[in-house]
Amino acid sequence: MAAPALEAVHLTKRFGDFVAVDDVSFDVHEGEVFGLLGSNGAGKSTVIRLFCGLLTPTSGSGRVLGIDIAQDPEGVRRRIGYMTQRFSLYDELTVRQNLNFFAGVYGLRGRAKAERLDWAIRMGDLGGKEDLVTRSLPGGWKQRLALACALLHQPRLVFLDEPTGGVDPISRRRFWGLIDSLSADGVTIIVTTHYLDEAERCDRIALLDQGRLVALGSVAELKEVFAGRAVLEVTCPRYLEAQERLEKEDWVREASLFGDRLHVVVDDPEEGRRRILALLERDGNTPATAQRIIPSLEDVFIHSIEARGATP
Amino acid sequence: MHELLAVIVKEFLQLRQDRKMIPAMVVGPIIQLLALGYAANLDVAHVPMVLVDQDRSPASRALVERFTGAGTFDLVGAEDGPAAIDPWLVEGRAQIALVIADGYGEAVAEASAGHPPRVQVIADGTDANSSGLGLGYASQILAGAGAEMVAARRVPGGARMASGRYELVPRVWYNPDLKSRWFYVPAVIAMVLMLVTMILPSMAVVREKEIGTLEQLSVTPLRSWQLVLGKLIPFLILGMLDMLLVTGLVTGLFHVPLRGSLLVLAFLTFLFLLTTLGLGLLVSTLVRTMQQAMGLCVFVLMVPMIYLSGLIFPVENMPRGFQIASYAIPVKYYANVLRGVFLKGSGLGVLWPEALSLLGIGLTVLTLASLRFRKSLE
Repeated sequence: MAAPALEAVHLTKRFGDFVAVDDVSFDVHEGEVFGLLGSNGAGKSTVIRLFCGLLTPTSGSGRVLGIDIAQDPEGVRRRIGYMTQRFSLYDELTVRQNLNFFAGVYGLRGRAKAERLDWAIRMGDLGGKEDLVTRSLPGGWKQRLALACALLHQPRLVFLDEPTGGVDPISRRRFWGLIDSLSADGVTIIVTTHYLDEAERCDRIALLDQGRLVALGSVAELKEVFAGRAVLEVTCPRYLEAQERLEKEDWVREASLFGDRLHVVVDDPEEGRRRILALLERDGNTPATAQRIIPSLEDVFIHSIEARGATP
Repeated sequence: MHELLAVIVKEFLQLRQDRKMIPAMVVGPIIQLLALGYAANLDVAHVPMVLVDQDRSPASRALVERFTGAGTFDLVGAEDGPAAIDPWLVEGRAQIALVIADGYGEAVAEASAGHPPRVQVIADGTDANSSGLGLGYASQILAGAGAEMVAARRVPGGARMASGRYELVPRVWYNPDLKSRWFYVPAVIAMVLMLVTMILPSMAVVREKEIGTLEQLSVTPLRSWQLVLGKLIPFLILGMLDMLLVTGLVTGLFHVPLRGSLLVLAFLTFLFLLTTLGLGLLVSTLVRTMQQAMGLCVFVLMVPMIYLSGLIFPVENMPRGFQIASYAIPVKYYANVLRGVFLKGSGLGVLWPEALSLLGIGLTVLTLASLRFRKSLE
């Protein structure tokens, strides 16, 4: 098997006492769409910034396209694309001026430059907007322009740090279409997001919590943790009290809050359902319902994070 | 090289797009020049004077004539006794009072060494500057009157040495009329250059920090020196153009002579800009927002540097500590350069210590700033 496009080996980054990335190891294969997930402050952006050479690891190591990030950050930068939620463009310049500038920065010129600019305008569907000032563009356009700028030098690996933040759903969908076609061309994509529907579109995902890797694999693999078990969605008036009560029962694997509902993991769906309803009835916590649901990624994450908390 | 050029072109495009930047760079110098050229005028003329002439002799009238005749003093009123002067000065109707006591005429007529004629000049010290100058003029007038008196006493063809006094004949070189405008107007060039090549570039760098493009650029193959040069060169060019603009205005509008060579001025200005660009970049590495950059540049750098540089207040009059500190201030050397080239026609043969000092400070600050800047990218 070919060498991985990206690998993290016991990667750790501390800021003083705060451990932002804690002993994280994973591989990303060439052409893969790899999602980094986690709540704010989980360490997703720090991982990306380590791989872009914006930060140096405290310990552990990382390689991008076979290049060590600590030894040759310059070499890494030349070969990767990087785009953030901030769409770091020059707002007061036109679309074309932005593209020209980034092409210049990447050392493109002459025919190669002209070709890449044409490609960028086609890819981002920016035709006819070349002379508009970037500030006046809607979010979705800016997002595609930012992506185009990050891809001008044809990187084989691209980091997208929350690329769909603050963009309307239609633009988000369209953007993921672009990601899929890049991946089809063999470009490796590492993307952070906290939209779970986006995570479902990744080939594989890594879940980070407080700097640690708590789950890694394809969406289907991750959902395997519920194999042989069932997730029941429970509603009742005093849901906080119900969660506390259910967690104490040994036949309940997990009871988590999802808004004003509970997701309860049990081994046997029918048996579990009967027991839950009986228990709530006894407490006078009614009217109550319990229904089997297909576990979502969110269930997987909560399960992974809670499982880690239980076994420190 | 192409990467560097891309940054420079981008910087100029940004400057052109910025509707506030260009006026600031062209209109700013002109306003500063007009303000300093016309308003900051320390030359004293038409000082309002109140007169107390208790002598009322031909001699006293002749003396008053001397005061009012030259246009330096305007007679605004007369009183009978010195006690009545106070309200004039308090209310600001007069700035100076001339008191000629009874017996002045007789004393002039006798002109004996034991009883020299006495007059009193009282000045309003709240405006120390104009009063000091007014007093200076007054004593010049009195000295002139005294000299004539002595001459008049002499027998025609009598010995010139009779008075037994030295006669001081001052000659002020380079600025014979001691026009303060000549002294201040070149200072405008220094101030404009600090604005364009220190404040503006520091804000331009911090702005990229704010919008995140700086981070974006650090994930490109662009080297930090290319980024630094690309950001600074446009302001260097604008600074040189502004220098030419203000020099044109200064010589054309205010008739300040440019006695030295424009080329020497341009070269030494370039060296001065190394220091201001370096300081601007250094500031940008110390702050997070454009407002902080502005505040640091104006209040911590620009104003103290102007005060300590000798641009406005003479360094010689400062306490020792400040005098020593002034050696670290590039504006001090540039002030010498400006006055030397404009008024004295000095060339590099005279100004080489200034050139070396500017080069030394410039390279030090630029290196320090570039290292800090590079570190801040990582």
